[in-house]
Amino acid sequence: MAGVRRETLQAWALILPALVLLVAFTHWPAVATLVDSLYTTPKGSRPPRFVGVENYVALMDDPVFWRALHNNAVYALVTIPASVVLALLMALAVNTALPGRPLLRMAYFTPTMLPMIAVANIWLFFFTPDYGLFDRIVGVFGMGRHNWLGDAATALPAMMAVAVWKEAGFFMIFYLAALQAMPPDLKEAASLEGSSRWNFFRRVTLPLLMPTTLFVLVNAVINAFRLVDHVVVMTRGGPDNATTLLLYYIYETGFRFWDTAMAATLTVVLLALLGTLAIFQFGVLGRRVHYR
Amino acid sequence: MIRRRTLLATSAAALAAPAVSKAQGVTKLSIYYPIAVGGPIPAIIDGYCKEFQTQTGIEVTPVYAGNYGETMTKAVTAIRGGTGPQLAVLLAAEMHSLQDMDILVSLDELGLDAEGRKWVEGFYPAFLANSRVDGKTWSVPFQRSTAIMYYNKAAFAEAGLDPDKFPRTWAELAAAAAKLTKRDASGRVVRWGVKLASDAGNAQWTFGALANQAGHILMNEAGTETYFNHPKAIEAMAFWRSLAFEHKATPEGISAWPQLSPDFLEGNAAIIQHTTGNLTNVRDKAGFPFGVAGLPGKEGPRTVVGGGNLYFFKQANAAERAAALKFARFLSAPERAADWSIRTGYIGTRPDAYETPALKEYVTKFPPADVARGFLPVAVGELSTFENQRVYKALTDNIQACLNGAKSAAQAMVDTQAEADRILKPYKRA
Amino acid sequence: MSGRAIGLQPARIRAIGMAPIGTRWLEIVGAWMLGLIWVLPLLYAVWTAFHPAAYATRFDLFAPLTLHNIQLAWEAAPFARYFLNTTILVTLILVAQFVLCTPAAFAFARMEFPGRDFVFAIVLLQLMVMPDVLLVGNYRTMVHLGLVDTILAIALPYLGSAFGIFLLRQTFRMVPQELDDAARLEGCSLLGRLWRVYVPLAKPTYIAYGLVSVSYHWNNFLWPLVITNSVTTRPLTVGLSIFASTDQGIDWSIITAATLMTSGPLLIAFLLFQRQFVQSFMRAGIR
Repeated sequence: MAGVRRETLQAWALILPALVLLVAFTHWPAVATLVDSLYTTPKGSRPPRFVGVENYVALMDDPVFWRALHNNAVYALVTIPASVVLALLMALAVNTALPGRPLLRMAYFTPTMLPMIAVANIWLFFFTPDYGLFDRIVGVFGMGRHNWLGDAATALPAMMAVAVWKEAGFFMIFYLAALQAMPPDLKEAASLEGSSRWNFFRRVTLPLLMPTTLFVLVNAVINAFRLVDHVVVMTRGGPDNATTLLLYYIYETGFRFWDTAMAATLTVVLLALLGTLAIFQFGVLGRRVHYR
Repeated sequence: MIRRRTLLATSAAALAAPAVSKAQGVTKLSIYYPIAVGGPIPAIIDGYCKEFQTQTGIEVTPVYAGNYGETMTKAVTAIRGGTGPQLAVLLAAEMHSLQDMDILVSLDELGLDAEGRKWVEGFYPAFLANSRVDGKTWSVPFQRSTAIMYYNKAAFAEAGLDPDKFPRTWAELAAAAAKLTKRDASGRVVRWGVKLASDAGNAQWTFGALANQAGHILMNEAGTETYFNHPKAIEAMAFWRSLAFEHKATPEGISAWPQLSPDFLEGNAAIIQHTTGNLTNVRDKAGFPFGVAGLPGKEGPRTVVGGGNLYFFKQANAAERAAALKFARFLSAPERAADWSIRTGYIGTRPDAYETPALKEYVTKFPPADVARGFLPVAVGELSTFENQRVYKALTDNIQACLNGAKSAAQAMVDTQAEADRILKPYKRA
Repeated sequence: MSGRAIGLQPARIRAIGMAPIGTRWLEIVGAWMLGLIWVLPLLYAVWTAFHPAAYATRFDLFAPLTLHNIQLAWEAAPFARYFLNTTILVTLILVAQFVLCTPAAFAFARMEFPGRDFVFAIVLLQLMVMPDVLLVGNYRTMVHLGLVDTILAIALPYLGSAFGIFLLRQTFRMVPQELDDAARLEGCSLLGRLWRVYVPLAKPTYIAYGLVSVSYHWNNFLWPLVITNSVTTRPLTVGLSIFASTDQGIDWSIITAATLMTSGPLLIAFLLFQRQFVQSFMRAGIR
């Protein structure tokens, strides 16, 4: 009995330092944010006042919020599959005996090591109308110039392209690690059965990669809602909110307009969204994953 | 050697006059400064701070915090976090918002004597347009400009326009811009007639000028009401939109401020509307003859002032406030205002700066430097309301929607007004 | 079932996974095209940074090389200080994460105590609810703690890392129990076993996690932007963003020079250690 209690105490002593910090800067602010969202923003000498769900009602009436939500949904639905599929293709490519394989692997991975804030500046130049790189390239093919970031129709796709470019290489590493850890016997067995390349990939490789895919997906989903650095640098949400993502709107509301209550309300919505996605991923997708 | 001497002098002064320095009780200030690093400005400001320290023993540390919007964010978050500066250069137009946060101290409360009040009166009235409310003065003009036009004289000549005669009316501008727009054989534009900034943080400034050009002021002096849905505001928006959609002389969609001067220097834009503060930069880099002109107007030239004023924060103690005021007066001394204007292109904030030999000589040698000042009489203050950044966003979003072709000018202005009304509702006095 | 057991010819093994020659060539070209697109921004940055400003927007093979832009950028902002800040920041975070996550991961992996699974679930919540989205709440906490505009404030939300705990727990669980038992028989204390048996065996995990952590925090932007106000605390990313937001117009040469400068150390480290990097990922079992 005493031994059990001692181990419990020891275990808690080992966990506590990390747990305290974790709770203090993740769980506590989440709860505090929820509470804040039920009050008004203190202004000058006016103290916060309890208003219940009034902030949420106001949010429902805010067209920019709906725009941000819509943008973020589109952004996630495009960038997640695109970067995951590209990552898998890249991993498959550098997993074969390709000429210049190490160089290629490096090329794919480089964007991961560059700060988004830094590369956003470079992309800004690429998207510059008339004499930017993209307009030069399309110009060669006789197409007209385009105001990539200044046109509401192309601004968000441009941002998505940057995100996919930034993320795919990072996810590739995980796929590559998984591919290289795959037992070679499998291929031999498959070749005996004379299965085609595509069949082998679909029936053997892909299922074996499911745990990796889940891991990568979780990361991709988080990043789709977490990474807004390029929005800050390249468009500031414009034109007319075409590239406003939820976290950027939180930043703007909280630290440009100092409307902390509204920013808290937005944060709660984002947290609820992330929570729902987490449950979906681990619950529904997780069950389909065949762990070895 | 110089440094050591200064150090000795400073410490000697401190030793010799302990009573004075005690009475001051402060030797350190920090000032948040909106920059635009990459230009020469930080070095100039650093130099002024050093000079001020030599003169007074007060050390002023400038914190360069990005553009105006970012500096505003940083200053306010810092003050809220309890580590804020004693003074900052922020958009003159932020007066109402800052006041609303209850973090400012007015010049009157800083303890201006009669001579000090005379000093305040010595600034150009246009630069004080965004400084006064309720009979108090809340900021001191410093990094001030007006919107002006930079134009490529070579392009003017090429298009058959007189390089020494810049358009004075909207109709003339539109016609000239259309002529200046050059397309290659495939119809691709190689040079735009004119570019105006429409990105976040700048669109409202451009529009403020256009509204004034139509003879319209966008808000009341108290900053509690806006007049976007007025026919003249709509007319101003419609003119801007027509430059893109009818005259095809400016790109559809957004043109971003930071991109304008590279565009101009590249020869990609024949005319840009920019700040006087860019004059020195353009002068140094332009590979073609260029001209500077006042903005046109519907009937005749009209413009808007812009730029930053010095604000003083409440949290500073009495000694720090006194030191801050001293610094502000130091910066606006005629010879310094002149030096500042020569080295940056910003307008000297006071007529007496233009009486100094240095600035007199410079203006004679480089006449474009004096163009903007001539338009001060037809300049208005910037759009400035409570919840300023929010109103800016509402306006910017709608301008962008309009320039993207998603909204008509009227629709954009009506929507802006509705949103501004919603934002300003709590501030309306019954 | 093993191919080797039945004595399969190597030739046939290779045959699978190989496409017909035409398709194969298409794949190689495709893979390289993609690679080219992926390094293009970096190539452009290098080109612009090391050539005079006049060549920023036009390509000329014989353009003269220069270090002028780098020098200008270096002098235009206190980058040395930013480098120092970032170095302090990532070191602080890395060390603290190792020190904090290791014991916690060990307890979750190898100890029995009531409430373990519940607490672990609480920890894992952070995988979805990352501190990055809690700007408003964490900012308020820092105001209360009086830590606004300190490097510690940038680091604090990331020190207790669910990802680190999770990763190390998975690794520790793979350590053979017999090794642990043997150490225990030799009279090793709990911490002694952790230090001598578990930590050495988890080295690849530490390397992989360390690399992820360093690159993440080297590149992190939004939270540092919110919480820092001055030169003495600003990390490189925030310094760069302020540098790049200019009133007088973008100067591409200087911006790209600054861009290269800020990502340089990490990039060079990666180029030098990329094999180890990928391998430690694989050995760490992050997949």
